[in-house]
Order: sequence, then structure tokens, then C-alpha cells
Amino acid sequence: MAKVNIKIEGQSYQVEEGLTILEAARECGYEIPSLCAFNHGECSLASCRVCLVEATGARGLVASCVYPVAEGMEIKISSPKATAARRASVELLLSNHSLNCQQCDKNGHCELLYVAQITGAREGKFRGEKTPVTIDKLSSSIVRDTSKCILCGRCVSRCVNAHGTGILGFQKRGFQTIVAPAENRSFAESPCILCGQCVSVCPTGALSEKSEIDLIDEAKLAGKYLVVQTAPAVRAALGEEFGMKIGTAVTGKMVAALRRLGFDKVYDTNFAADLTIMEEATELLGRIKNGGALPMITSCSPGWVNYAEYYYADQLDHLSTCKSPHQMQGAIIKSYFAEQKGIDPKDIFVVSIMPCTAKKHEKDRPEMEVEGLRDVDAVLTTRELAKLIKRSGINFAKLPDEEFDQDLLGEYSGAGVIFGATGGVMEAALRTAYFVLTGKEHEAIKFEDVRGMEGLKEASFNIAGSEIKVAIASGMKNAKVLLDQIREGNSPYTFIEIMGCPGGCINGGGQPFVKPMFLPNEDLNILDTYREKRAQALYSEDERQAVRQSHNNTQIQALYKNFLGEPNSHKAHELLHTSYAKKEQFPEK
Amino acid sequence: MAHLSATAKKQIEEIIARYQNETTPLMMILSDIQREYGYIPLDVQELISEKTGIPVAEIYGVVTFYSFFSLTPKGKYVIGVCLGTACYVKGSQQVIDKFAEILKIKPGETSEDGLFTLDALRCIGACGIAPAITINGKVYPKVAVSDVPKIVEEYRQLGGAN
Repeated sequence: MAKVNIKIEGQSYQVEEGLTILEAARECGYEIPSLCAFNHGECSLASCRVCLVEATGARGLVASCVYPVAEGMEIKISSPKATAARRASVELLLSNHSLNCQQCDKNGHCELLYVAQITGAREGKFRGEKTPVTIDKLSSSIVRDTSKCILCGRCVSRCVNAHGTGILGFQKRGFQTIVAPAENRSFAESPCILCGQCVSVCPTGALSEKSEIDLIDEAKLAGKYLVVQTAPAVRAALGEEFGMKIGTAVTGKMVAALRRLGFDKVYDTNFAADLTIMEEATELLGRIKNGGALPMITSCSPGWVNYAEYYYADQLDHLSTCKSPHQMQGAIIKSYFAEQKGIDPKDIFVVSIMPCTAKKHEKDRPEMEVEGLRDVDAVLTTRELAKLIKRSGINFAKLPDEEFDQDLLGEYSGAGVIFGATGGVMEAALRTAYFVLTGKEHEAIKFEDVRGMEGLKEASFNIAGSEIKVAIASGMKNAKVLLDQIREGNSPYTFIEIMGCPGGCINGGGQPFVKPMFLPNEDLNILDTYREKRAQALYSEDERQAVRQSHNNTQIQALYKNFLGEPNSHKAHELLHTSYAKKEQFPEK
Repeated sequence: MAHLSATAKKQIEEIIARYQNETTPLMMILSDIQREYGYIPLDVQELISEKTGIPVAEIYGVVTFYSFFSLTPKGKYVIGVCLGTACYVKGSQQVIDKFAEILKIKPGETSEDGLFTLDALRCIGACGIAPAITINGKVYPKVAVSDVPKIVEEYRQLGGAN
């Protein structure tokens, strides 16, 4: 690519042609205060006007996030004119913002507050009417508060880019403008899959998860027996909330923290990930043998299940009937575990720590109960767990590394751990399918072809003489490609893994925010690399596990022997399987 | 999309099909539907979304951005009162207030019998005859507050709600 010569604050630099001033300055070691711009122009509406600079050849000040560099351009970031303009831009944003920062979910991660501080913006500089406010708390997963929205459009872009669904859009005009689902509906009354990707990119508190921290306190007060389980992806990211480098696995400290938070049992959802593999692999082999609907598609991701119910209701028979791992684990805790321990299941309160906002909605689905007992009672995101830890005064970095509880549901295989990355469920299933079909373990254990952060992957394997073609998609835009093939009757695959969020659960909508201005010790391109880093933390844990295949988990074997009978048995169906139904996209209000 | 009749669905699909080779067909589709049906409710937007792949939220955004588009049926007679500078200083605010009082609706609303919609317009380029109003495109010059009851009565006589 051609280079151009520019000057920033009087210093000469050579940068690539075509970069925006913001990107070029970043490469030269300057971070221009900016707000609405997002990685690689994912959102580039230049709406907030916070990144204004002086540039020769331009009329007036320019928004550096969209204005390209040119040969000979001289850029001034810190001139009095540019500095004053940026400050005024932020003050104007603050004038239409509800400033209850201390109660705000994004406190500590708020980009508006950050630019307000570094530009020296004064509160109350401009006073006047405010845009009418909508607060949507109806869904189980996501809260939208337009009083904190700066109309940057990041959420609008992310929803389209990740899923093609475009639930959020700009509505009305001028001072009345809001970002909302059509008709300013709730997420609960729109075809939103509740994945929380919009929450991840929102620079302010306009979008946040619906907190369930209070439910834990209430359960404690009620004297419940508290059992907690953690999804694989949580350990790969929780440390970030405590200043650790992205990609640091904190399994041991997380367990230690949960014990100190008063949970009576600390289990790993990986146990049920292994259980899922046993049930799902059996279901798949049954479908192949009995001519059931193929390809079969995984059902671990509640965001994906929501998508299927809203957009591909005619293809629901392709979804595995397996509940997601944490729901299975909840059902087992309130049946097998309760029975073995002699605890009344009504006294047990199951909490799932998940990287996901859609899991909050999933646990509230009417199907997710057995004999009047809810499988799971509360779902906290990774971020909420961090809040709980901070609130309790625990110094996370100083915690010892502790082990999960080992009894009954304590063992897990490496196959369960990798569920958190796109391709992980597929690989785990392949490890077990290989054993079932050939009677021996796959020598390399790993199935490299299904790994990696690409949104759409395919692979084929020759197992025991038969060719099995598989595909893996993350993000609904990619899933749509595979689903349209199925709808048209020309899908070449036997088994498909679909995850709602791009990259899988490690990039879930409940994971710690990745905001470069708050991560001074990370690389400049961290927004491009954090997903691989988190995934690597999981693959490393898999390598360290003694047991790498779900079917070799001895406690899973015991569970079948002592309680469930065999995979897909009547009892297993009662506890571990579910059903799906078409959802109206815009139901009557 | 529960409310669209089979005929309505077919007609809307025909309109969408007119522009299937356009790269950005949305404005044209919406304009035709607005012209032919008088409004663009959510079920119609859902159908457009299904056929074009444009998210409903985006379509809804366009419909609510341009005042030409309407989400609810307009009355048989659409009264537009110009509130541009010239008309305003000549007293058009009092004129629109009088319409609102007689019709018992606010600007932007439609009367219960479906006969009248009252719209506030910005300058319609008729400053020489201020204050001006339009009813279904017909321009009334120099309208006085005292003319308003007569005008309304005239159209009530014509009658015939949608």
C-alpha cells in the first residue's frame, strides 16, 4: 500500500494511505480522544464529534474517525481550537444525559465519563430540555435506558454485522431521535436473540445486562443451599476484571472466590458439557440410524435457539433436543445430587455463572423445569460475578488456587472445557463419536480443522469407513448460510455446531468489556486478538486435563449407572431434553 | 403479520417486485405504498423486510424520519396548515388551533370518524398568500380564523369516510 507523509503536532511521519486520521495518529503514538468510533470503522457515523482535530486542507475542524490522511497533511490535536471543540462536543452530550453515574452499570467502563475527564468537560455547561426517555426492563436479559444513549450507532452496527438481524435502529428525527427496536418496543417483544453483543460495544450505560445479584442475597437470607456452576468461558476472562492480561485462565482463583462468597458447592458446568456430549452424540447416532432430521444442529447456545425460533421455525426439528449444559446440570443437581446428599431439592438454589446474557432468558423458559422445580434459579454474567467479588472485599489476585468440589459432579474432561470456543462442542463430540464408531480413542485427540475464529468453518472426517461432513458457525449471519442450505434441501452436512456470538462463548455478551482505553497494558490491536487469546486459555486447560474425552469421565459413567440408565433413556429425556416452538417476531402488545 | 389479508399481501408484494433490480429500493417501495394505501403499518414493514432483507428497525427508522410517511391511516381529507415564518406571523397558529378545537384532534392526529387529518406544515412556498392551508393538495389563501368552521363544514357535507 502507498505511503503518505504527514505531520502530527509538527513531527513528521509516514503512514499508509487510506487510513483515517484517528488510525494514523494511533500508529504514530497518539490517542485522539474519541467516542463513537469503533474498531476498524465497525461504527463510523462520526456522530459524536468528540474526535475533532485541525487538519490542513480541510475546512474547519474534522472528525478524525472518518477523515482520511492525505499527502502533506498537518494535523493538530492539542491546538486550543481543537481542544475547546472536543470539550464542547462532550459537554453537549452530557447535556442530554442522565448523570446518575454511581448507579450506572457501566461505571468504571464508561467511555463517556472517560472522554469527559480527559477533555475537561464541565457538567451542566449546557442546560435545557432532554429527549423523552424510554427504559426497557421487560426482557430477562438486557436493559435499555435511552437517557444514557449518545446515538453513536455502535449497537446498530454490531447487531447487523454479527447477526444480520438489525434489531436496533435510529428512529424519528432531530431532538426526538432514539436508538430502539421497531416501534420502540422492548427486546422481549422484538425478534431479538438477547445475545448481548450490543451491550458489549455500548460506550455508556444505555445498554446493560439485567442484574440478578439481588437474587443471590435473597436466597442466602432464605437459608437456601447454594450450588454454583461456572461455564468454561468464564475462567478465560474473569481475570480481566481484576487487571490481569487478556487470556489469563483464573480457574483456581475463581473457585476460591466462589467459596468465599458463601456457595455451599462449587461445580464446573463442564461436567454437564460432558453429559451433553453423551446425550447429543447418542441422539445424532440415533438420527443417522433411524432416518431422523439431519443435519443435526447443537442447541447449547440460547442466543442461537432464540434465532431459530424467530427466523427458522420451519427447521426446528434439526435442533438437538438436548438442553444446554448448565440447564442439564441444574436438573441433575436438583434430582441426582439432592437424592444422593439427602437434601430436599426445594431448598437448593442453583446459580449459573455464564458469559452470556441470553442464558438469563433461557433459565426463565417455561420448559426448563422438572416436576415444578426450576433447573436453574439465577444466572450471573462474568461481569456480575466480578461485581460480587469486588463488593465482598475479596482481593482476587491474592486468592489461592483451589479445586472445584470433586464429589458426584466434580469431574470433567478437556472436551468439556473447550465448549467455550467456537468449534469446541464439535471437537468434543467428534472425540466421543470416533470412540463410539471405531471402538478406540482418536490418537491425536485434537481435531484442528474445527478450531479457529473464522465465523464459518467446515471439515470432513473419515471415521470407521464413513465420511462425516460437519460445519461450524458463530454469529447468526454465518448460521443463516447453513440454514438456507437446509431449507433448500441441499445441506451436505451431518452435524452442525452453531453459537450465537461471533467466536463462541469466550466472546459472549456477558463477558468483561474489552475497551482499549481501560487496558493500557494490552496491545494496540487487542480488539482483533482478544478472542483468540481467551480461546487459547481454554485449549491450554484441555491440554492439561488427564481425561480428554467426555465418555471417559468416570462420574458421568456413574451417573448413568446409578441414576439415568443410559443416554437418551426415558429418565434422561425427562431431565435433560427440551422442545422448541415458533416465536412471533412482533407479537401483539 | 397476522393482520394483512391475502389480497393486501399480494398487492404489497407486487409493489416490492417493481423494484427488485434496484440496489436501494426502500424509499421507492415506501413511497408507492404510502401513495397507494395512505399509510405503512408495522405488518407491511415486516413484509418488506422479509422480501428485501432490510431489518424492520431500519425500515421503521426511515418511516419515522420522513414526515411524508405515516404509520397510521390518514383521514379522507388531510388539512395542512402552514406554520412557516410568513404564515406564522400572519396568524396561522390561531388557524391551526381553531381546526384542532373544532375537529377535537391535535396536529398529526386523525379524527375518529376517519374524515380529517390535521398536519402542521413548514413553509409551503406560498408566503404571498399567507396564512395558507392545503386540503388534499388544494390551496386556500389568506385563511382567517373565522373561515375555519365554514371550511370544515364544507368537507363534512362532502362526507364519506374511508
